[in-house]
Amino acid sequence: MRSGPTWFNVTSLVLGFTFLYLPIVILVIFSFNESRLVTVWGGFSTKWYVELFKNKQLLDAAWVTLKVAFLSASIATVLGTMAALVLVRSGRFAGRSLFSGMIFAPLVMPEVILGLSLLLLFVAMDQARGFWTVMIAHTTFAMCYVAVVVQSRLVGFDKSIEEAAEDLGCPPVRSFFLITLPIIFPGVLAGWMLAFTLSLDDLVIASFTTGPGATTLPMKIYSQVRLGVTPEINAICTILVVLVTFGVIAASLASKRQEVLRAQDERAAFGPN
Amino acid sequence: MSQQKPQAPKRSLGSKALIAVPFLWLVIFFLAPFFIVFKISLSEVAVAIPPYLPTFDLAEGWAGFVEAFSVFSIENYIWLTEDDLYWKSYLSSAKIALISTFITLLVGYPIAYGMARSPKEWRPTLLMLVILPFWTSFLIRVYAWIGILKNEGLLNQLLLALGVIDEPLVIMNTNLAVYIGIVYSYLPFLVLPLYASLEKLDMSLLEAAEDLGCPPWKAFWKITLPLSIPGVVAGCFLVFIPAVGEFVIPDLLGGSNTLMIGKTLWVEFFSNRDWPVSSAVAVILLLILVVPIVLFQNHQQKLAEMQS
Repeated sequence: MRSGPTWFNVTSLVLGFTFLYLPIVILVIFSFNESRLVTVWGGFSTKWYVELFKNKQLLDAAWVTLKVAFLSASIATVLGTMAALVLVRSGRFAGRSLFSGMIFAPLVMPEVILGLSLLLLFVAMDQARGFWTVMIAHTTFAMCYVAVVVQSRLVGFDKSIEEAAEDLGCPPVRSFFLITLPIIFPGVLAGWMLAFTLSLDDLVIASFTTGPGATTLPMKIYSQVRLGVTPEINAICTILVVLVTFGVIAASLASKRQEVLRAQDERAAFGPN
Repeated sequence: MSQQKPQAPKRSLGSKALIAVPFLWLVIFFLAPFFIVFKISLSEVAVAIPPYLPTFDLAEGWAGFVEAFSVFSIENYIWLTEDDLYWKSYLSSAKIALISTFITLLVGYPIAYGMARSPKEWRPTLLMLVILPFWTSFLIRVYAWIGILKNEGLLNQLLLALGVIDEPLVIMNTNLAVYIGIVYSYLPFLVLPLYASLEKLDMSLLEAAEDLGCPPWKAFWKITLPLSIPGVVAGCFLVFIPAVGEFVIPDLLGGSNTLMIGKTLWVEFFSNRDWPVSSAVAVILLLILVVPIVLFQNHQQKLAEMQS
């Protein structure tokens, strides 16, 4: 077997990644277009970014979206981590298959169904719709993603360290915060990030569950996109893409660094010296 | 709740709470809503707030409850069979999802294969590159294609300039644009599980085949492809299931004759304000999707058992 990349593999990777990235690159380039026609280059300009910061409605929507994303991601991370602990640690209990079904089903459930069903719940509860209902809706589907991400982290976890602490008299809650949480932290952080971006991104569920005064950024973008492609939307999309890209890369570098440090600690603790 | 009664008698209060909190959250905000959708799908549309009848009034007690039940009818479901818009939407969604899944597989397989055969030190970076678009907004990625596919868009400009075509291709607002959108958006879902199964493949099998004089394409066909089937199946489910209920892609890239059930439901709900009919559409969609979802769960379980 030949080792190393063959021309076929390199070509398929180059073509594949071009397909994945070219549309986004084009979108970013045309956000700096002088001309209002998005597909004809009229020279470099940052005027659409300036325009953005004058658009009060858009800024309001962005602020609502960030608040919803931050809150729902944080609650979803707590609930999702609990759910992951239940899935991995709690063994058998009545309703376990229902529990794991409820964790996995939202991952593949069409958003229109999730959105519609939550809206009808809020209506049945006679709950005024707005910020809080969107927040609850996002928490509900995001916690399932967090649970799956944290679960994969917990599966590879050496339980004996935790058991040792508990044998030495450490109460379970304390051993969770001192031992388990630091070890699964990269997973928890990744879960939070995923929940945050899912909420930032969601159009369908937010459209169903929102009410007056709580228009989110994707809803705003969507209503403008329906009217046509404008460089202003390109600009706001570019900002979002750049933010998310940096966030994801920073988080992955941070968790890698933590991994290395932890490996060093473990070697120091258990090593032959 | 009786469901939470632990079988193991020594379960502590803390671990009960650990189960109860996420469990109750999901029962209230995920499970209960489905029963409400089902209930409303049996109701009648009305000019009221909320726009359906009957509504439960707890003050009327049991009698009110019974009365409400007597008004329930399967009229909305009959309506779904009478108007061909609905069954055509279901069929067309399944068809579009199936075709897109197949194209995604054709596009994704070489990428996953190339990644799995790349030098070890490249792989984390390549993996990151596949995952990164998944983090960027879905809406943005779909929007990015509008500027490319439009009649006066970049693709047509390029092809006209190169002299490949004489007049602009009409891609935007057709099913073709929807296929492109779905393939583009869901590609990472297919590549990731496929890469995982290709990477685990025992290379010594291929070396043995080569030593015995098997040409590479035959070795691929006889060894690599069969062994990657679990990844192919998982990836295809992950593309197919959400694609059936897709709304954003057919709405932004498809045309007025692109029928997809997610879009039909959206229009029924937001434009026609017919909540009972859109609930009935959702119930049927759910029933249709239960089949692939259960198949997918079984597949994943089998995989997990095989690994352990």
